[in-house]
Amino acid sequence: MTAPLTPPLTDPLNGQTADRAARRGPAVRLESVSKVYGHGTNGLLALDGVSLDVAPGEFVCLLGASGCGKSTLLSLVAGLDAPTAGTIEADRDRVAMMFQEPALFPWLTVSANVEMALRAKGVAKAERRSRAAEFLRIVHLDGFGGKRPHELSGGMRQRVALARALAQDADVLLMDEPFGALDAMTRDLLHDELERIWRERSLSVLFVTHNVREAVRLGDRVVLLSSRPGRVVRDFPVTLERPRRTDSAEVARQAAEITDRLREEVLRHGR
Amino acid sequence: MAADLTSQGTAGRPSEERSGKGPEVAVDARTPQADIHARQLAGLDALELSVGQRRGFASRLWSGIWPVASAIVIVLAVWQGVVLAGWWPEYVFAGPVTTLTELADRMGEAEFYGAVAVTMRRAVVGFALAIAVGLVVGALVSRIRPLRRAVGSLITGLQTMPSIAWFPLAILLFGLTESAITFVVILGAAPSIANGLIAGVDYTPPILLRAGHMLGLRRLSLYRHVILPASLPSFLAGLKQGWAFAWRSLMAGELLVIIANQASLGEQLHFARELADSAGLLATMIVILVIGIAVDLLFGAADTALRRRWGLHQVTT
Repeated sequence: MTAPLTPPLTDPLNGQTADRAARRGPAVRLESVSKVYGHGTNGLLALDGVSLDVAPGEFVCLLGASGCGKSTLLSLVAGLDAPTAGTIEADRDRVAMMFQEPALFPWLTVSANVEMALRAKGVAKAERRSRAAEFLRIVHLDGFGGKRPHELSGGMRQRVALARALAQDADVLLMDEPFGALDAMTRDLLHDELERIWRERSLSVLFVTHNVREAVRLGDRVVLLSSRPGRVVRDFPVTLERPRRTDSAEVARQAAEITDRLREEVLRHGR
Repeated sequence: MAADLTSQGTAGRPSEERSGKGPEVAVDARTPQADIHARQLAGLDALELSVGQRRGFASRLWSGIWPVASAIVIVLAVWQGVVLAGWWPEYVFAGPVTTLTELADRMGEAEFYGAVAVTMRRAVVGFALAIAVGLVVGALVSRIRPLRRAVGSLITGLQTMPSIAWFPLAILLFGLTESAITFVVILGAAPSIANGLIAGVDYTPPILLRAGHMLGLRRLSLYRHVILPASLPSFLAGLKQGWAFAWRSLMAGELLVIIANQASLGEQLHFARELADSAGLLATMIVILVIGIAVDLLFGAADTALRRRWGLHQVTT
C-alpha cells in the first residue's frame, strides 16, 4: 500500500534504503516451501518445494484440484501453521485472511464483528465505532451494523467478513475460496466489489479457488498447483483488460486452456 | 461444488436496457458502474433477507400454558385416583383438595415466607459460590493440559457422587451449621458448572479460533473475546444442571442439618414427617417442586434468548 508512494531516493541495493527496498520487494515470498503432515513413513507431503512471489498490488489466484494443498499454503502464509522446510516472507501484522465460511462471531453484532479487528489493534472505542461504519459502507452494508450475522444472507456475511479483514488495515489479503458457497449471481457481484476494493486500496491478494473461471476473472496471474504433493505446475499470466466478465468469451477461452492443463494433472492420479 | 458456474448474465456490467428501466435509476456521473453494483447488491440483499415474524404475545403465552395446564390436571386426577383407591388412609396420604387447602392456608402466614426466604437465601449464596468455584476450576482445567489430565475425570466423578454422601463429612467439619449446607451445595453444583465451561471451551469452533488468531487476538485476549463467549451456550447448560444439583443438595442438607430458629423448607418437611402431617408434607413438596421448576424456567428463558441472538433457534410452525 505504501510502496508506490515512496519511491527509493537512492539505489535500492544501498544499505541506507534497505528498509524501503525490502518494502519494494514482493509482498509475499515463498521459497522452496514444503509441508509434511505427520511423521516418518506415514507422513503426508502436502506441499513440495513451492516457490511463489506476490508483488505489491498484485492479484494472484492459486488454482488446483482437491488435495493440492492450496489451503495449507494460505495457512502457512497467514502464520496459522509453520512450514516443514523453506522460508516464507510476509509481514504477519499486515496480513488479513478470509475463509470459505464467513467465520463471524455469532454473539456479536455485525458492527462489533468489524470492530473486533480494530479492538485487537488497540483502537479506542469511539473511533472503532465510526471506522467500522466506514468499512461497512465500503462493502455496501451501511445500516446493517446493528444486525446479528445470522440475520444476513450468505453473501452479506461474506461482505462483513471482507469488511472485518479490511479493518485490519492489512496490505496482503489471503482469501481461501471465499465465494465458494455463494450462488453465481451473488458471486459475480462480489467479484466486481472485490476488484474495486483491491484497486482502491492497492492490496496484494492471494486468492485460492478451484473454479478456473473465477481465477481468470480475478487474477493478474493464475498459479496452477499439482495435487499430492502440491507443486507449482505453471504460472499463467492473465493479461485480459479489466473489468472482465466471468461469462465473456476471452475469459472462457483462457479458462479452457488452464482447465486442460488442470485435467492432465488430475489424470495423473486416476490410475 | 459446481466447478464452474457461469453468470446468469443479469449481474455484472451495467447495460443500457437495465439502466433505462425505471425513472429511479439515476446514474451517478462519477462512478456509474460502482453505483449500479451497489444497487444490484442492495437488491439481492433485500431479496435474500428472511422475513421472519414472531407470533403475537397472546398466542405464544397460550401455546406455552396449555401443555403445562393439561399436565397439572392429569397429575391432580391421578393423585385423586390413588387416594380414592384407598391403599392408604387419608391421614397418611392426603388428597389434592386437603393438600392444596393446607398450602393456601400456609401461604397466608408469615412463617411460610420466612421459611422460603431462608431456603432461597441458602440456595442463592450456595449457587453463587458454586458458580465462582466452577468458573475458576473450569477455566484452569480447560487451559492447563496437565491439570486436565490430573483432575478432568475427577470432576465428572464428583458430579456422579450423591451429595447426601458428603453430609457426614460436612457435619464433622462444620458442625450443624449453615456452612455445612453451603459446603455440600457447592460440591454438588460446582462440578457441573466447571464441566459445562470445559465442554464449551473444547467445542469452540476451530474456524472462530483461526479467525480470532488472524485478527491478532492471542492467549488471554483470544480467551476473553472468542473462547469464553463461544462457550456460553454450554456454560449455560452447565449452570442449569448445576442448579438442579444445588437444589437437591440443599434439600438434603436442610433435612439433615436442622438449625434452631431458622425455619426452612427442608426443616418443615422434616417436622411434617415427625408429626405425621401428610397434607403439610405434600404442600411443602409442592412448594419445593414449584421453586425448582421456576428457576429452571429462568434458565430456559436465558437459553432461548441466547439461541435467538445467535440464530440457533428452531423455526416453530
